[in-house]
Amino acid sequence: MTRRMPPIISVSHLSKTYGSGLKALNDVNLDIERGEIFALLGPNGAGKTTLISIICGIANPSAGTVSVDGHDNIKDYRAARSMIGLVPQELHTDAFESVWATVSYSRGLFGKPANPAYIEKILRDLSLWDRRDSRIMTLSGGMKRRVMIAKALSHEPQILFLDEPTAGVDVELRKGMWDVVRTLRDSGVTIILTTHYIEEAEEMADRIGVINKGEIILVERKAELIQKLGKKRMTLHLVEPIDVVPASLAEYRLELGENRDELIYNYDSKANHTGITGLLAALRDAGIRFHDLDTTQSSLEEIFVSLVRG
Amino acid sequence: MNWRAVRAIYLFEMARAWRTLLQSVVSPVLSTSLYFVVFGAAIGSRISEIDGVSYGTFIVPGLIMLSVLTQSISNASFGIYFPKFSGTIYELLSAPVSFFEAVLGYVGAAASKSIILGLIILATAGLFVPLHILHPFWMITFLVLTAVTFSLFGFIIGVWADNFEKLQVIPLLVVTPLTFLGGSFYSIDMLPPGWQTIALFNPVVYLISGFRWSFYEISDVSLGVSLALTLSFLALCMVTIWLIFRTGYRLKN
Repeated sequence: MTRRMPPIISVSHLSKTYGSGLKALNDVNLDIERGEIFALLGPNGAGKTTLISIICGIANPSAGTVSVDGHDNIKDYRAARSMIGLVPQELHTDAFESVWATVSYSRGLFGKPANPAYIEKILRDLSLWDRRDSRIMTLSGGMKRRVMIAKALSHEPQILFLDEPTAGVDVELRKGMWDVVRTLRDSGVTIILTTHYIEEAEEMADRIGVINKGEIILVERKAELIQKLGKKRMTLHLVEPIDVVPASLAEYRLELGENRDELIYNYDSKANHTGITGLLAALRDAGIRFHDLDTTQSSLEEIFVSLVRG
Repeated sequence: MNWRAVRAIYLFEMARAWRTLLQSVVSPVLSTSLYFVVFGAAIGSRISEIDGVSYGTFIVPGLIMLSVLTQSISNASFGIYFPKFSGTIYELLSAPVSFFEAVLGYVGAAASKSIILGLIILATAGLFVPLHILHPFWMITFLVLTAVTFSLFGFIIGVWADNFEKLQVIPLLVVTPLTFLGGSFYSIDMLPPGWQTIALFNPVVYLISGFRWSFYEISDVSLGVSLALTLSFLALCMVTIWLIFRTGYRLKN
């Protein structure tokens, strides 16, 4: 019998109300498993950054606790924070410092002895080695983002928070960053990312949490989430266009494609009766012939939108 | 104790001083030299000796204190304000660094810069007027205490300020007038009796008096009182900073 590893981060009954009265988090409970990539999705103002800020020690909670590998992040903050690297959403950089100096500074701040070989490896992995002596103000936005990742990795964290890591980054660089994240995960680093790009969560996450109005409304394995909540769509490519959907097919709520040569049927793949057999029989009875059909699954984005809209 | 973090913050702040050498060192030295030219040579020659010390020599401790006070506040307040302004404060707050370690790094660097500057100004003064220091130990003690205390005070201002105007308002509207009225350029014995009493409410009087005593054994108030008040202000600043970190005031909320 295998024993389940305890979560590397455990958030319990966490609430945060700002001085202005804004309730950013409301009784949030969340466990992050070791070695996973966890994507936290939510619309603007949902509480993603507040949650990350509290876990990392940047903001004080109003109530609740956070445990990082068994260490309370307030009472035992040194042990908790030592394990975490954070790449914040905004590009906060020391404009006048060199890349090398700012990354080395971060390592020192986390109490690690100087290790030029390790810093060199990070900078090479992030394609920053050639710019190590450049002042940060001279770098492009994408490079600055990578500098922030390098700073977060400088103290060899076991947990990495990426708050909107690819915001404003071009497609090629975004894919390069995904590779970096996957490599980190393969090396045993637990990664928590927030993103607006559903594609990013779909591409990388093992589990997905959805937060809305300060509450976690769902946490699920990505594949199960898509399977559980995802609708499937079957498209029938007709041999001859039709003007209207026959009344005999009304119960299937078919949509007619733009060119009137496609019939689209939405169904629940997990339901006991998908209705496909009956539909195909009804089409034959109505004299409608098709030469091809294909099915597609709902994207995470469609699921996300439907969840948030409630 | 995370000494590596203290070292990292300290060296980072000191590196900033080297990058801005003109502003950090050359500018205050030039200003002080101008004071010596104007008050020491041009006007000072028309002023009689004060307690047996020529006017040019008399103002040296006050001028050093003037620079140490203003630079300590400026260095420390900017040191902590700029990360808040640029957003890089997130890194300090998320690092395994205690409030004491953070203060040690920032205030240590600000005080170091001020002490170095004070010694450079002292050396510069030696080019203009004859100098003698009767109590070097007390001179260094007052220099270090003042630099540390006002760096702590500057740190508080830097945390409190949420824009550049607030960063400047206390140094310009409070500290500079208090310093000029604190006996930098005169002994408070030279003031009318009423103003002498008012001057005793100015904390800078005690700093300058103690510092000047270490040079020439002349002072407006006793050494013990100077020392006690300086240490009291130091303690007040430390308690305030402890409360700032304990509550997260202007840092974590």
